[in-house]
Amino acid sequence: MMVLAFVLQAIRIAVPYLLAAAGGVMSERVGIIALGLEGLMLSGAFGAALGSYYGNSPWAGLFGALVAGGFVTSLLAISTIRYRANQVVVGVAINLIVAASTRYFLRLVFDSSSNSPRVPGFGGENAGNALLASFVNPVVWIGLAALPALGWVLYRTPFGLRARAVGEKPEAAATLGVAVNPMRLKGLYIAGALASLGGAYLALDQHQFTDGMTAGRGFIALAAVIFGRWEPVRVAVACLLFAGAETLQIQLQGAQVVPSQFVEMIPYVLTIVALAGVVGRSVAPAALGKTD
Amino acid sequence: MSTGTLKSTRVWEAVLPALVALGLAAVLGDLLILSFGESPAAVWSLLVKGTWGNAYGVGQVLYKATTLTCTGLAFAMAGRAGLFNVGAEGQLAAGGFGAAVMGLLLPSSLPALLAVPVCLLAAMFVGGAVGALPGALRARFGASEVIVTIMLNFIVLALLNWIVSAKLHLPETLRTPDIAAGNVARLADVFAMFRGSAVNFTVLFAVAAAVASWWYLFRTRSGYELRAVGLQPDAAEYGGVKVPRVLLVSMVLSGALAGLGGVNFVLGYKGYYEEGFAGGAGFLGIAVALVGRNHPIGVLASALLFATLSQGGLAVNAVVPKQLTDILTAAVILSVATAVPEVQQQIRAAAASVTASLARKQPQGGES
Repeated sequence: MMVLAFVLQAIRIAVPYLLAAAGGVMSERVGIIALGLEGLMLSGAFGAALGSYYGNSPWAGLFGALVAGGFVTSLLAISTIRYRANQVVVGVAINLIVAASTRYFLRLVFDSSSNSPRVPGFGGENAGNALLASFVNPVVWIGLAALPALGWVLYRTPFGLRARAVGEKPEAAATLGVAVNPMRLKGLYIAGALASLGGAYLALDQHQFTDGMTAGRGFIALAAVIFGRWEPVRVAVACLLFAGAETLQIQLQGAQVVPSQFVEMIPYVLTIVALAGVVGRSVAPAALGKTD
Repeated sequence: MSTGTLKSTRVWEAVLPALVALGLAAVLGDLLILSFGESPAAVWSLLVKGTWGNAYGVGQVLYKATTLTCTGLAFAMAGRAGLFNVGAEGQLAAGGFGAAVMGLLLPSSLPALLAVPVCLLAAMFVGGAVGALPGALRARFGASEVIVTIMLNFIVLALLNWIVSAKLHLPETLRTPDIAAGNVARLADVFAMFRGSAVNFTVLFAVAAAVASWWYLFRTRSGYELRAVGLQPDAAEYGGVKVPRVLLVSMVLSGALAGLGGVNFVLGYKGYYEEGFAGGAGFLGIAVALVGRNHPIGVLASALLFATLSQGGLAVNAVVPKQLTDILTAAVILSVATAVPEVQQQIRAAAASVTASLARKQPQGGES
């Protein structure tokens, strides 16, 4: 029972990582740096709360998340693809703009500076039972399936081949008749949808939106993308690893074996180590960040 | 004559995206204010009155601009070498922490003339050390400094959080004890009109840092090499510049500049280190440098702009949420970043066509 509880809690923590990291892989594989994951997630969380509140259904929440995420993705796309703006700066700006706007609209719509009212989530009356709640939550299943599915798409379909070509050697892809920018656009919208679903999971799971509720999860997902070397299955393992460490830390809280701050550092330290190439080098897609 | 054209082209390239961005921000701001059912004119005038309308407002703007100047210079210094230091947030916090620890260690009897410079150096040293790691990893392994600095932000902030909460805090708080030595005087101590505002003499250090950065970048050999690496690393290497060394140096300088910003809060305002004091000023440094076009003097001007927006948010908070100006700040960054490549292309195309038409006329003039 201990093991089951551990696994369930780890999955609950991992779902938003898995979804956002899938978005990160998609985005970076078509050549767009995924620094805006945090903002995309937060917009998804806010959209989910809005949708679920007004539609009185978690499905409306998912729809709201996709609309909000789609809007933010459009900003990203216009800046980075149409106008070739610097992707690092745009990523930082997107995170700032979403953090500020969600606070603004939280006050405008719900007249609160901290959280939305309670909204319907998946699991309904059984929400008290974690096991049942996780099984009936479709976002959990989407999260678990996202990265393996993305791996299949990237390596087994013509779409995936084109996506990878655009991220590795856009000139060569263009020569072979792949329209580079439309391909990047598609990749970015898929990424935006996945990351905003990750945010939606948070809001629906907690039955409300709270200010800044993604709390850096977008960056942990980015760390998983890099630590997993942009390979979907490895990235999924990285997400589960990070979530597992977090779960362990939560369950051992009383024991005080390691200060919580050091557990928090694990994803970031591992990512830096992976980038420095101490144990097997992480190499980014060749055309990452270059749009010209 | 050709240099004249070039110069005015550069000025337009620098100014036009900022003007476009401010125009867009004004429209967006109007819409947001209207969405809250308030009058844009009233809110804007409240914003101006609350910032530049009285000495307290000016003092607060200057206080905020001090930190932003340091983080903006940090981003610009790395940017001139072609690097993106997204880690100013962590470097700023680490610098403030370094200054606080030094201030706690020094005997309170030490005269300020000695204690303040020692604390400044401590802030710059710790900030520089945090910048050195991504610099070294980039120089040695080619590891993306963007990712390493982002990840390092979280590591540094978690580490500082642990040190303060486990070892150094006053009971029931997340701050260190009061610093005995090295406190920087408030401007209000000399100019009474600034009474109540947080502006302190760190503002002079920030201006000095801007001037020194300008001197270094544009008047020294090392700074020339740094800019050469930023423009054309391969050409610089061919010209005998040790590129890895320059990358490391630029990141150390960048971290040190961000670290200096920590002094403003720790030694100038509160007199102690407090968890989370950086509060996003490190990330705003990117905006400051972007609008200031990575030029130290531009950074000074743009720090004032963003400090005005930040303080202006507080000034209008009673009428519309203060996040209004945070949204506008982010919108300015986004639109400047978006406009820069386009404006460059348009202006350069226009300049090229002018040059080409001049060149066509040139041979006739030469022959006659």
